[in-house]
Amino acid sequence: MSYIVSIGKYVGMIKGVFSKPERFKVYYTRTLTEIETIGINSAGIVAILSVFMGAVISLQTASNMDSPLLPKYTIGYITRSSTILEFSPTIISLILAGKVGSNIASEVGTMRVTEQIDALEIMGVNSLSFLVLPKVIAAVFFFPFLIICSMGLSIIGGYYAVTLSGLASHEEFTFGIRAFFKTSDITYALIKTCVFAFIIVTVSSYYGYFTKGGALDVGKSSTQAVVWSSIVILLTNFILTQLILM
Amino acid sequence: MIEVKDINKSFGDNHVLHDFSAEFEAGQVNLIIGQSGQGKSVLTKCIVGLMEVDSGSVLYNGRDFSKMKRKERKEIRTEIGMLFQGSALFDSMTVEENIMFPLKMFTKMSKKEMQERADFCLDRVNLKGRNKLLPAELSGGMMKRVAIARAISMKPKYLFCDEPNSGLDPSTSILIDNLIQEITYEYGMTTVVITHDMNSVIEIGDHIVFIHNGRNWWQGTKEEIIKTDNQEIIDFVYASKFMKSLKGKLA
Ligand SMILES: Nc1ncnc2c1ncn2[C@@H]1O[C@H](COP(=O)(O)OP(=O)(O)OP(=O)(O)O)[C@@H](O)[C@H]1O
Ligand SMILES: [Mg+2]
Repeated sequence: MSYIVSIGKYVGMIKGVFSKPERFKVYYTRTLTEIETIGINSAGIVAILSVFMGAVISLQTASNMDSPLLPKYTIGYITRSSTILEFSPTIISLILAGKVGSNIASEVGTMRVTEQIDALEIMGVNSLSFLVLPKVIAAVFFFPFLIICSMGLSIIGGYYAVTLSGLASHEEFTFGIRAFFKTSDITYALIKTCVFAFIIVTVSSYYGYFTKGGALDVGKSSTQAVVWSSIVILLTNFILTQLILM
Repeated sequence: MIEVKDINKSFGDNHVLHDFSAEFEAGQVNLIIGQSGQGKSVLTKCIVGLMEVDSGSVLYNGRDFSKMKRKERKEIRTEIGMLFQGSALFDSMTVEENIMFPLKMFTKMSKKEMQERADFCLDRVNLKGRNKLLPAELSGGMMKRVAIARAISMKPKYLFCDEPNSGLDPSTSILIDNLIQEITYEYGMTTVVITHDMNSVIEIGDHIVFIHNGRNWWQGTKEEIIKTDNQEIIDFVYASKFMKSLKGKLA
């Protein structure tokens, strides 16, 4: 029962977020700031994770290929497809749910408990769209770039891991990377990314916005935000994969 | 003028406001006094619409707030300035940006005009030249004063102050009181101030409402509150030994 109430509250919140902005220019500058805090500031962690993720995927694939019948280029092929289809969009989104989600929930939650949101409302500002809309736009537009970089870096990580350890040659790996390539895979990954970006920002804002109490509760909201955005991402990933691959 | 009619508000079993009614005239300083936890902050939040009332109505110059459409509510809100008990400054913005924020959102002022207005407001609260500081770099009293500057930047028709001088030294406290009184008379605002400070009561209380057990227990002017023999008011005002001894002497 309480889940249904929460979902209703969430839908109501989304409606508030997409109501007409008061001042376009203010929203524009806020969106640029959010692109920096949400997107650019996450680039470092995404880069490091991606390189190591790609390296591990390729090493694992290489070490599990016992059969001599399997050609060596399979390593490159598997690294590419698993990175593009799942690891970059889903795993990186989960990491971003942790970093960006907790950040958003604690920022909005603090504004709630220190009455800053009330102050916005009293001035006549629609606090939901003012606070959340720029974050949604920033994430939905910028996360796809992060994910594309992540895909590239993962493959580079895989390349160096395999070639430097001598498990496959430069030619074999790059042949695998290019084999059976479908652009639709990238499109699919980017659609997923946009959906996940939306989930991370809105679910975290929801927990922040409806925080009740004090500083302790802001901490709780922030944890809840990460837990629930991750769960919703995993569920959505399952549904989207079914829908798109069928 | 703001009329509050038979407001009820409860949180679960906690019945905070019982059929509360009061009138706050324009061009005078209206004070709400009462013990801690009696519902002063809740009352102001109900009046400005930050909390929904269970029953009753609030009229702004005769117009019922709860019956207004979204757009009308928004218009009324741009006419309200509010000082929150905890200041509620936007902590990602500098002092100046805080004050300029409502101007940026709702007026067509140029950047220079906004800056001039911010300087003017800061000057009025004795914080000239502190434009570029962040709220985290201010003392509690300074934050309060910046919050007042922000509340008056739009020249509001209605001003609400929740404990404007708690945590301030006596001289700054008097400065704030005088400021509130001055701008109220100057702009003909309807001002509602919540306070615990008996100095403010005597200093600026044109109309005083004493809230007790969620009801409008007593109301009158500062001259009347000194003379009243209402026991709850006497208990409230003369709570300290010092005040008691003073009362003994006066008698
Ligand atoms: N958001 C809320 N949820 C539940 N109860 C609340 C809420 N806000 C206030 N209350 C309750 O309402 C009552 C009145 O609180 P209020 O903050 O109005 O007191 P106050 O008169 O402003 O006191 P103070 O002088 O200490 O600020 C208290 O019993 C408080 O517990
Ligand atoms: Mg209070």
